Amino acid sequence: MPDPAADFKIKENQDICRPVLDARDITVTYRTEKGPLHTVRNVNLQIGSGEIYGLVGESGSGKSTLARALVRYLPANGILSSGSVHLGDTDLLALTKAEMRKVWGARVTMVHQDPNAAINPAIPIGEQIAEVARIHLHMNKNDAKDKAMEMLNKVRMPDPESVARRYAHQLSGGMLQRVLIAIAMTTNPELLIMDEPTTALDVTTEAVILDLIGELMFEYNTAILYITHNLGVVARVCNRVGVLYAGEIMEEGCISRVFKNKLHPYTRGLLGCVPRVDANKKDISLKAIPGYIPRPDQLPHGCIFAPRCELVEPACEEKRPSLIEIESGHLTACRRHEELKKIGDVVADTRESHEEEAEYGELVLDARNIKKYFPVSAGLSSIFGGKGSEVKAVDDMSVRMRRSFTMGIVGESGCGKTTFARCIMGLEQATSGEIELEGELLPYSVAKRSWETLRKMQMVFQNPDASLNPQHPAGESVGRPLILLRDMSRKQVQERVKELFQAVNLPEDFINRLPHELSGGEKQRVAIARAFAADPILMVCDEPISSLDVSVQASLMNLLVDLQESQGTSYLFISHDLAAVRHLSDWIAVVYLGRLWEIGSAEDVFVPPCHPYTEALLSAIPIPDPDIRQDSIRLKGSVPSAMNIPSGCRFHTRCPRKIGPICENEEPPWQDAENYHQICCHIPLAELRSLQGEGLIKKPQSAGGDSK
Amino acid sequence: MTSYLIRRIGFILITLVLASIIIFSVTQFLPGDVAGIILGQFATETAIANLREELGLNQPLHIQYLSWAGGFIQGDWGNSLTSRMPIRPIVMERLGNSAMLAGMALLIYVPLGIILGVIAALKRDKLPDQLISGVSMAFVGLPEFVSGLLLITFLAIGLEWFPANSSISPDSTFREAFPYLVLPAITVSLTGLGYIARMTRSGTIDVLRTDYVRAADLKGLPAWQVLIKHVLRNSLLPTVTVVAMGIGWLLGGLIVTEAVYGYPGLGRLIVFSIQRQDLPMIQACSMIVVAVYSISNLIADILYGLLNPRIRVGE
Amino acid sequence: MTDTTGAIKRRESKSSAVLKAFKRLWRYPTTLIGFTLVFLFLVIALFGPTIAPYTYTQQNLVNKLQPPSEEHIFGTDQFGRDVYSRVLVGSRDVLSVAGAGTAVAVFLGLLLGLISAYRGGLFDELIMRFMDVILSIPPLLLAMVILFSLGPSRLNVILVVGFLYIPMVARVVRSVVLDLKTRQFVEAARLRGESSFYILYREIFPNVLPHLAVEASMRFSYSIFLVASLGFLGLGVQPPSPDWGLMVGEARTWFHQARWVLFFPAGAIALLVVAVGFMSDGLRRMLLPGGVSDA
Repeated sequence: MPDPAADFKIKENQDICRPVLDARDITVTYRTEKGPLHTVRNVNLQIGSGEIYGLVGESGSGKSTLARALVRYLPANGILSSGSVHLGDTDLLALTKAEMRKVWGARVTMVHQDPNAAINPAIPIGEQIAEVARIHLHMNKNDAKDKAMEMLNKVRMPDPESVARRYAHQLSGGMLQRVLIAIAMTTNPELLIMDEPTTALDVTTEAVILDLIGELMFEYNTAILYITHNLGVVARVCNRVGVLYAGEIMEEGCISRVFKNKLHPYTRGLLGCVPRVDANKKDISLKAIPGYIPRPDQLPHGCIFAPRCELVEPACEEKRPSLIEIESGHLTACRRHEELKKIGDVVADTRESHEEEAEYGELVLDARNIKKYFPVSAGLSSIFGGKGSEVKAVDDMSVRMRRSFTMGIVGESGCGKTTFARCIMGLEQATSGEIELEGELLPYSVAKRSWETLRKMQMVFQNPDASLNPQHPAGESVGRPLILLRDMSRKQVQERVKELFQAVNLPEDFINRLPHELSGGEKQRVAIARAFAADPILMVCDEPISSLDVSVQASLMNLLVDLQESQGTSYLFISHDLAAVRHLSDWIAVVYLGRLWEIGSAEDVFVPPCHPYTEALLSAIPIPDPDIRQDSIRLKGSVPSAMNIPSGCRFHTRCPRKIGPICENEEPPWQDAENYHQICCHIPLAELRSLQGEGLIKKPQSAGGDSK
Repeated sequence: MTSYLIRRIGFILITLVLASIIIFSVTQFLPGDVAGIILGQFATETAIANLREELGLNQPLHIQYLSWAGGFIQGDWGNSLTSRMPIRPIVMERLGNSAMLAGMALLIYVPLGIILGVIAALKRDKLPDQLISGVSMAFVGLPEFVSGLLLITFLAIGLEWFPANSSISPDSTFREAFPYLVLPAITVSLTGLGYIARMTRSGTIDVLRTDYVRAADLKGLPAWQVLIKHVLRNSLLPTVTVVAMGIGWLLGGLIVTEAVYGYPGLGRLIVFSIQRQDLPMIQACSMIVVAVYSISNLIADILYGLLNPRIRVGE
Repeated sequence: MTDTTGAIKRRESKSSAVLKAFKRLWRYPTTLIGFTLVFLFLVIALFGPTIAPYTYTQQNLVNKLQPPSEEHIFGTDQFGRDVYSRVLVGSRDVLSVAGAGTAVAVFLGLLLGLISAYRGGLFDELIMRFMDVILSIPPLLLAMVILFSLGPSRLNVILVVGFLYIPMVARVVRSVVLDLKTRQFVEAARLRGESSFYILYREIFPNVLPHLAVEASMRFSYSIFLVASLGFLGLGVQPPSPDWGLMVGEARTWFHQARWVLFFPAGAIALLVVAVGFMSDGLRRMLLPGGVSDA
């Protein structure tokens, strides 16, 4: 297989003579109750044929609005209040609505974020592709059907004929995203807009889809506008990138230039927020960007990034700088880009390493052989039909944790990592197994645990919107555990709540705010304060940062690290984001289909030998550095159902390194590498090591003062 | 699909049994007893006692229930207390009349409700929506005797378009009965019309907001095709269930409407037998109404299963 | 929990939110009409007997079936009673019977829905099956059969209306609670050892309230419908009560001679149900701005 990345990196430098998309001076205005909001302002965008242009921005930056404005598909209260959009020679703004419909789906197509939502549940897959062929390619019924089949083949759909007859609910997210891409490419469009096409997918599926995009672009000559919040994805697939902030482009240029030579402090800030795969909390602390994106009706007078910028000087706040070209094709909206160059490329603060802590603290949690089986149907309904089968969500997992220690648990969605954590906490009652906290055996259900146990274990949840009661002020949420678990008086509670708010860097007057008056990151800070209120010794963090923007993620990770240092709490940190886990964890456990496959220190797990599943996960991480090269180990298909677990090694159906019938028939043994690093696989460790080379992530000679 | 069907039929059967128990036991609260009602207030103690023995009223309640339910299933519905005639033929004839009226009402309000609901959804918050939503809200809450009497006042007495009284003779054909059916059918339609229009509106608005409808727009399909193929196919799916649920209201509406127009349907029979305290007739009529309602729900469930690929082709 | 200044601040932010919601409402004329009319009906129900020029039972057989005049602005009925006075006083009957019925349904439905959803398991399954069975009998029919057995007193009408609408309220509450129960703030409460009562009362109930308010207003509108229909059929509140449905039912006999006797109470019912319906729609827009789905 050719390395697609290598191929389109070549195109990066070719001259773009005539852009396919030429949008100039785009301003989008929403009419709202509070008056007009200019959510996107004076944006220029040119994309050439065969080019993949990455538009990066955090939530609220206006990137989706911009995309919808370009194809004239804004909601009823939004208007393109100024600017021009040309697609080839066509002036899109001059077209009538009916004419625009002829452009949609034929010359401009779109791939949406959530493939589950973007495919009609009531129409067979094949028909949803064929209808495009009939309308735009004027094909008859049979030709259109053939075309649909051809497109399904093009997107490497396994068993396209049966897929064409199926419905959306029968396909996995990755397959559905392929279908969306097939629909979009049917008419060989001039411009394809992809709005966060892989955000809803697992990292392994994301890697496969990104490969597919690369391969298809090699074949077609479509211009792509690729919208994402993920800098790693941009580095992997795009030729050029534009960084959008609060509705304006901050920096634009070729991938290699922008990532190596950042000319805007916001770009620098974003990259500094992303945890690295070769260092963790002991080495570096992430550099979070302070503050929040301003709302379009509260923009600062001068540079819109000035309030959050570390290089700000009075002149920045006087006049809004315009986007200027520094080198050929590399533009920035920063006045002080010269200074930026001088500072170099330090994107993260080095931490003073503390004296080596004692190797092992006392044992805090010892969970042995936890199993959790869910019956598939229950209650009266099982009388009529419905078989008594079981979903083996967690099937024999064991974890030991020591004081002031972080155990990271990684795996694809549906692998049982959250269920495992919930069993530990007692929110789900384990089917079997033993949970010991500081040597004391715990009952399975939280309702039966002692107050002391409850105090010692707390949890931070994934979704900040659901983790706080919308009717209770933040302070009440934080104060309640103090009353219940710490027996504090009213007055003490008030004092302690203030301290806790300070500890999570929230202003004191937030104590009286209701959750809807807080941002996502602020809500999560309140949730962390609530979890810490009881002074726990063990905290389970279930994807606590996944739904947040990178800059907010970084500050929360720093907060967790600081709190661990001051409180000595142990974290069980669950995430699908390997870079975050690498950054925060001392040890990492890799989970697949309800069972552990590899466990070891964070450094060891990220370096060969590692389990083939870990290897695939590692090679799929999108790393925001175009110079880092990863092997492409890709997994086929999706995670099998936990109702039908494959025989033998349960990973064999997808394993890229399967060695033969032994994998299908026998459960693999645990093998010991150094430092208690353990791998559960049939392949001998020495062989794994030689197969996997010197390291999955090859680092070139890095520029600037990298820290390690 | 098969297991879905078995489950649905099972639930309906259980529902029917439980509903029959409810109806049977509720009618036991009656002060005095059936024998007393039949013989009137001047009957002698011994006469009542004899009749009680004859009617099996001295047996324990569950035996009484079982013999009643068993007889009902076998087609022996007993005799009317007032006319002393077998109940079944009377109920069946009235049921036919009511079905005629209900069928006509369904033909009026289901399509009209769907069309209005879709229009309101497409013009959300604009004038057509405000009008349709307002009027359908009014229709939903308006008791049939109010709307019926208003219709009689304007269309029957004012304009003289239709007869004000619909007491058709039992052997009239549909053609003869038609002019008498129009006003009652419209009356009983209004509530259903409002209900269907509101539910269709909210269902369609939900679907209009989905990503797949946006995706269909951006595929460049003509607007009508997006509406019919991508929107309605999904938004009308719940309407099937909604129509079935609405039949409960329709049956209640028939009782009042038939009373307003003097139409000889099942509803009027129920009111009549309640006034005459004709217990076996009340029980039989109630069971028939419950059965009709349950069967229409079952049909809706099957239709829903057939139309919904999620259920049809399973997971 | 929070200090006093906080509590005040919080109240301010809440009341300003309500104010904003009200402002949004004025864009919908139907809502404005609904709220105003319901308010007027409440005033009439409170002061009806005081405003009414005659008592509702005052007969005058000489003046029977008089058309509207200066003396009797809605005319008189078959006993020469003043229709205007009867309509005014009757508002109290309709609103109190339907209102009390709704209150019973809402209270018991809330209780059942809350406990059923929170406990889950077989208990929930049995309760909900039973609710389905009640729902499988058309409400008007069931009401008629029950009232036939119990006898049509005012209290019985209230109880029947309450009983019949329990399942619908319970269903709505249950679905909301089932959703809330899995929210993480509830799990956080379990993790800190809160009692079931606290969780239901402090964590879940406040979030059910907006749904409950909308549901209650819907039920109120259906209750009026049911009470009026029962009255019309002679199975509801009994004469000589000036129940509007009953008045219409009685007046049918005189329909051709004296339309006003029938027209005014019928119009009052129409106006009231429309007003309550509009108010309920308005409440839904105000309290549940996200969803458009009916219950």
